[in-house]
Amino acid sequence: MIENRPFITFLSHAVLILGIAIIAFPIWITFVAATHDAVRMVQVPLPLLPGDQFFANLDQALNKGISGGSNSGVGMMIFNSLVMALMIAIGKIAISLLSAFAIVYFRFPFRMGFFWMIFITLMLPVEVRIIPTFEVVANLNMLNSYWGLSIPLIASATATFMFRQTFLTIPDELLEAARIDGAGAMRFFFDILLPMSRTNIAALFVILFIYGWNQYLWPLLITTDQSMFTVVMSIKQMLETAEQAPEWNIIMMTTLLAMLPPVVVVVFMQKLFVKGLTETEK
Amino acid sequence: MLKQVHFGPSYIPYLLVTPQILITLVFFIWPAGHALYQSLLIEDAFGLSSEFVWFENFEVLFADEHYLGTFKRTIFFSVLVASISMGFSLILAAMADRVIKAAMVYRTLLIWPYAVAPVVAGALWVFMFDPTLGILTYGLSMFGYDWNHKLNGNEAMALVIIAAAWKQVAYNFLFFLAAMQSIPKSLIEAAAIDGAGPVRRFATIVFPLISPTTFFLLVVNIVYAFFDTFGIVHTITQGGPAKATEILVYKVYNDGFVGLDLGGSAAQSVVLMAIVIALTVIQFRYIEKTVEYS
Amino acid sequence: MKLLNTILAVALSGFAASTMAATEVQWWHAMGGVNGERVNKIADDFNASQADYKIVPSYKGNYTETMTAAIAAFRAKEQPHIVQVFEVGTATMMAAKGAVYPVEQVMKDAGEPFDKSIFLPAVISYYQTSEGELLSMPFNSSTPVLWYNNDAFKKAGVESPPKTWDDMKDASEKLVAAGYKCGFSFGWQSWVMIENYSSWHDLAVGTKENGFTGTDTNFTFNNDHVKARIGSIADWSKDNLFKYGGRRGDSLSMYTTGECGMWMNSSAYYGSVKKQAEFDFGQTMLPVDTDVRAEAQNSIIGGATLWVLRGGEDSEYKGVAKFMTYLSSPEVQAWWHQETGYVPITTPAYELSKTQGFYDANPGTDTAIKQLSLNTPTANSRGIRFGNFVQIRDVINEEMEAIWNGSKTAAQGLDDAAERGDTLLRKFDRANK
Repeated sequence: MIENRPFITFLSHAVLILGIAIIAFPIWITFVAATHDAVRMVQVPLPLLPGDQFFANLDQALNKGISGGSNSGVGMMIFNSLVMALMIAIGKIAISLLSAFAIVYFRFPFRMGFFWMIFITLMLPVEVRIIPTFEVVANLNMLNSYWGLSIPLIASATATFMFRQTFLTIPDELLEAARIDGAGAMRFFFDILLPMSRTNIAALFVILFIYGWNQYLWPLLITTDQSMFTVVMSIKQMLETAEQAPEWNIIMMTTLLAMLPPVVVVVFMQKLFVKGLTETEK
Repeated sequence: MLKQVHFGPSYIPYLLVTPQILITLVFFIWPAGHALYQSLLIEDAFGLSSEFVWFENFEVLFADEHYLGTFKRTIFFSVLVASISMGFSLILAAMADRVIKAAMVYRTLLIWPYAVAPVVAGALWVFMFDPTLGILTYGLSMFGYDWNHKLNGNEAMALVIIAAAWKQVAYNFLFFLAAMQSIPKSLIEAAAIDGAGPVRRFATIVFPLISPTTFFLLVVNIVYAFFDTFGIVHTITQGGPAKATEILVYKVYNDGFVGLDLGGSAAQSVVLMAIVIALTVIQFRYIEKTVEYS
Repeated sequence: MKLLNTILAVALSGFAASTMAATEVQWWHAMGGVNGERVNKIADDFNASQADYKIVPSYKGNYTETMTAAIAAFRAKEQPHIVQVFEVGTATMMAAKGAVYPVEQVMKDAGEPFDKSIFLPAVISYYQTSEGELLSMPFNSSTPVLWYNNDAFKKAGVESPPKTWDDMKDASEKLVAAGYKCGFSFGWQSWVMIENYSSWHDLAVGTKENGFTGTDTNFTFNNDHVKARIGSIADWSKDNLFKYGGRRGDSLSMYTTGECGMWMNSSAYYGSVKKQAEFDFGQTMLPVDTDVRAEAQNSIIGGATLWVLRGGEDSEYKGVAKFMTYLSSPEVQAWWHQETGYVPITTPAYELSKTQGFYDANPGTDTAIKQLSLNTPTANSRGIRFGNFVQIRDVINEEMEAIWNGSKTAAQGLDDAAERGDTLLRKFDRANK
């Protein structure tokens, strides 16, 4: 603390608590809605305090669900989401590390060609090219599979871009030293670059995991087998059932469950996450 | 771009880039090329008959006053989402920077919305603001305000902006806080000794020093508002009432995926791609500079 | 590219989804929630009733998502055998001649007996060609009715449910005077207030018999009758006699919480209303606009039908035909109708429900079917068939919202809607030459 001004410190806490109250309010409402029965959730005014149906709703969400009466609960869907998010995160980090390494540390014909080919994919969301992408995936017989869920979403350059930035900031002396030691390219990659990119990898893992977890349009299109449904997609489906009112208590319970894995990832990796990102962007 | 010191010519770099190039080719370039080609066609939904029309889809698009309206609306929406969410998180970060011991606790509590999917975030907000059932609508009605975003375009826009900004606060907060904490304490102390108060110190030292982070976040937030808010608009308003919340990416989805106007939708995709590439180049130039600088 | 595809396909095939067994029949549907469970029950019961075919139902999201998923799948040659498509997609499906296998043809090719005369005319007329061929199998059909709150009526002194629009105004005024927040609301406004309002009063929505006799049609729903009615509703909204509550069924809660005493929407909300409304509710026929006609014509249906897509094996279509027969049997139809509130699609199913005493036990549940079969459908009241209608409904929604929030007059909004709709019709024409 630079100087001691109790009032300002108090004010800081007050503003932060107020801010958190605003930010967390929707989450609290989600929790409250998940603890009441369906009929209570369509009566005005809606409750602000939890009810006593938490376990009943939890049981229904876990064991029965309401999505299409598939009679399969949220468990399988959370597992699918988890596999999808992990495949996207790990797959993208792996291929991006390799290609960034090649682009930064090697001079080879068509280097810039490859470079631009990768970078035009930066940031373009899957929504705007979804139907042609679907056709490709269908032709490759990848519908209803984890590969089909994840690989097309790996095709974007954000991670490559970030690793490239990191590698550029790594001092040249390291490579020179490694060479003097007689280390080959891959040895340099594994022994020097990889450990030095640890925080970036962690940061990207968080971003990509959440990106993958939160997808819904893509899984909706390519899965027809209920055993491949993901949880976010099924929440979206629960919201719009033809000529029926949404069952808010179960939707909110599913929402809570669907929130847990990404929250756990974010909360536990927050330190590395920020460090990894700010080190590149300073 | 390339390291001064680098490895000599070999087959290794080709092997290294192969996975990414392959995936990019198959799942990006090919579909994007297909979209490009499709934007020159008028085609029925099933792809049974199609006619090559050159740039007619684009001509129709830009002659459509509603499309131009969508453009303006998207810019308005993006600027507001970025500024509200960044402003809010800047204030919170400045406060958290002062109470460093407790910052970790606050950070953990603030970070939750980042983990919520856009569609789910949309559902939460629309649930709270439902004109009949919503808890916040009920609260507003006690102050005599009759909220109905299904009818009032401004309220609908406000709602999607709030929901979109809400989701992004956590992310911005993390970056602002980290940037502030990396400012050397000696600088702040020196200013304090010179008699500068907290507000003055923030304005003259902290804010200029975190400007690279601010710029970075601005780009991230604008891109987020342009593209990732699709799910939020989809669950809250479906673009309504009367187009009041129809933004570019939602229109691409709605015309193509719902309306099955593949040519028109593809033309819009191409326009979006052009915007994305422009934004990428801008960001790229900027970051390239700062990296050279540091 | 092709080579690459092949290589990748071979490389990945080990992990890919299992291929269909010869007698599996894929059925993509849009029935979520409780109705989804009922769909699964129908499929399970059918599968248990015989051993040759297996119906595999898949829930693909809402109507638009289901339809788009099926079309995307067709383009990639991965289409299901049966897909549930909502009524507004009819023209799009019809135009896709190479993709759609008309259900009557399916039955004939499979040698499955098929008696079209048992189907309710108002239900199947929507899905027949001008030559009378049935293109798709009606599955979940409903029609808008007037839902009312009897307790509110008693409190406000409304003696009987409204029969005309004048009664609607009168009842709404009494409700508002008695402290209710609004008189009435409605959902799916294009369907209820344009399409059904028109058929109910024997007015044309568009030229060429509402698009039945040709795609070179133009909208005529911007006629003086519709303008006058929409205009008066917009005026009433200033006094809260009417309150707008969203494009789809989201205004349901306005009715079930008792905020609005009346609600016009699909009869298929029966299940939800029964579950949520804590008052004495009832349904009655839509009000008649005596400025237009003294007596109502008939209403048109909404909901969805099952379309058969080409590209499968003959043996699979045999299974489809068997399933269609099972689905339209009186027992299945009566069960589906009584459980969901959708109308029965055949006369025997209706008769069966009568003899089972369903309508006596649940008064009002036959409103929909009575409304549909009030008169023999005319050229204006057998349905509508316009291309790009999903988008056109969005246009109508947008323009009507502009009317409700006062930024346009009824006349201007409807004229703009018709004009923008016509543009989309021309676009459809061009794309489907």
